[in-house]
Amino acid sequence: MFTLYARRRLINALSLGISVLAMLFGLFWLGWILVTLLDHGLPALNSAVFTRMTPPPGSSGGLLNAIFGSLMMTLIATLIGTPIGILAGTYLAEFGQRGWLAPVTRFINDVLLSAPSIVIGMFIYEIYVIRVGHFSGWGGALALSVLVIPVVIRTTENMLRLVPNTLREAAAALGAPQWKIISFVTLRASRAGILTGILLAVARISGETAPLLFTALNNQFWSSNMNQPMANLPVVIFQFAMSPYDDWHNLAWAGALLITFGVLTLNIVARVVFRQSATAH
Amino acid sequence: MPISLQEAHHKHQNLLDILFRGLTRVSAFGVLALLVAIIVSLIAGSLPAIHAFGFGFLTSSDWDPVQDKFGALVPIIGTLVTSGIALLIAIPVSFGIAVYLTELAPRFLRRPLGIAIELLAGIPSIIYGMWGLFVFAPLFGDHIEPWINKHLGQMSVIGPFFSGPPMGIGVLAAGIILAIMVIPFIASVMRDVFEVVPPLLKESAYGLGATTWEVVWNVVLPYTKIGVVGGIMLGLGRALGETMAVTFVIGNAHELSKSLLMPGNSISSALANEFTEAVGDLYTSSLIELGLILFFITFVVLSLARVMLYKLGQREGRAA
Repeated sequence: MFTLYARRRLINALSLGISVLAMLFGLFWLGWILVTLLDHGLPALNSAVFTRMTPPPGSSGGLLNAIFGSLMMTLIATLIGTPIGILAGTYLAEFGQRGWLAPVTRFINDVLLSAPSIVIGMFIYEIYVIRVGHFSGWGGALALSVLVIPVVIRTTENMLRLVPNTLREAAAALGAPQWKIISFVTLRASRAGILTGILLAVARISGETAPLLFTALNNQFWSSNMNQPMANLPVVIFQFAMSPYDDWHNLAWAGALLITFGVLTLNIVARVVFRQSATAH
Repeated sequence: MPISLQEAHHKHQNLLDILFRGLTRVSAFGVLALLVAIIVSLIAGSLPAIHAFGFGFLTSSDWDPVQDKFGALVPIIGTLVTSGIALLIAIPVSFGIAVYLTELAPRFLRRPLGIAIELLAGIPSIIYGMWGLFVFAPLFGDHIEPWINKHLGQMSVIGPFFSGPPMGIGVLAAGIILAIMVIPFIASVMRDVFEVVPPLLKESAYGLGATTWEVVWNVVLPYTKIGVVGGIMLGLGRALGETMAVTFVIGNAHELSKSLLMPGNSISSALANEFTEAVGDLYTSSLIELGLILFFITFVVLSLARVMLYKLGQREGRAA
């Protein structure tokens, strides 16, 4: 029979062993997915992917229009969402000490942060796409910008809170008005952190598919007109992967590889930027 | 006159201050307006379906575009069941990962391993879907599901849930892929809340001769339980609303089936598949009402998650 001591040690060893296994379990999926992507994506990745348009079924082509559309919509969504996010985050951190607005906004923002993105797409469809009467790149950009705002608000507020109050007080003692203190002292002191937030937001939206299905839809041809349906990588991957054609599957894998490594690179760059700013203080 | 110039300058700066403050306040207010706009537009869009079906929409399993009869029961059950399977798998695994990262891993490994788990959260959901459809589902259907059929499917009570054709795609496969997707969310919240446990508490327990596991189970977990539950709810919120990964592997069948191996449907995958192809006002409106239901469920779950995490944060504030 076990003594109490041996039994406790055994339980300890067992449960800690299981926790190591859990860690390996998590890493296993990451490894498997990345290996699959490289395995299927690399052979499909050639210069045609970057120079030719999405093909009709059964013929070869590339992803140029989709890559361009994704870049445009991500760029515009970031340009719309970032200023609003930074301003609202500034309110929460700098002016929100009193009153009901800041706590309520913070709570709602935290909920919107994980709200289902497909519902956001539906919302933009209801308020924009129906009004205009057709799917468009603008609609896609708007839907993505709704996803950018909560991420930027969250990081901006967190970063501004890290700025020591003595900096604000020093600027105030020199007679600087509040808008100057905030825009030239506190926001500037936390710009690396805020940049991290923007990069994370870009990473988040560049892989989003669901909100684009009802807004930008897709376009088989080259179009730089934001007022027209616009090709984009995620929706092209979705359509091509669901199709029965091998050519399309290969292009979908190539697109999947591009998106994943783009997003993972952004994630890592964001962390590096943040680390450097943290060590600089 | 220098004094009046200075006064003018002051007034000017005051005005700028008021403007700046107003601008930030309007932006913060915009977030609230956004939420209200989302809810109002979804309700407005689903009015025709609400009028036509009333509460019966929630309990009917009809989904017949030809006769314009719609009910939300099948997708609602699909969403709840896939998310439930995901949590059953993800909670213990995330707990193990968090314990490993906070108590066991050598210092130099903690950061890279933590980042690796967070990268799992960074992979776009459409990639999970594609990988699930082309790689995971075939293997699952060929090797795992026959085993499940043979062993679990024969049991008396749970048997019916686990017997069915081994097709790979289906509710169970969708639940497993959802689990992989929410593990990083739950694990990083758990890790973060485990790290706020005061070292004094843990060291006291170690000083009394407790093993690492006893410290985790009897000191760390009771101290952080609100935060742990908050993290789980956050993961649940993610799982409920996840679209693309589920759409690829769930099979999109509008039928209720006892077996988890059969294809099913979830709210989000019904939306992704049918919304742009829906013909007729009632069809579109029913889909929008599905979206409203999904938004409502996730809103409640995520709100509870936030309240719990805030509570843990407040206790931190008092203790410090």
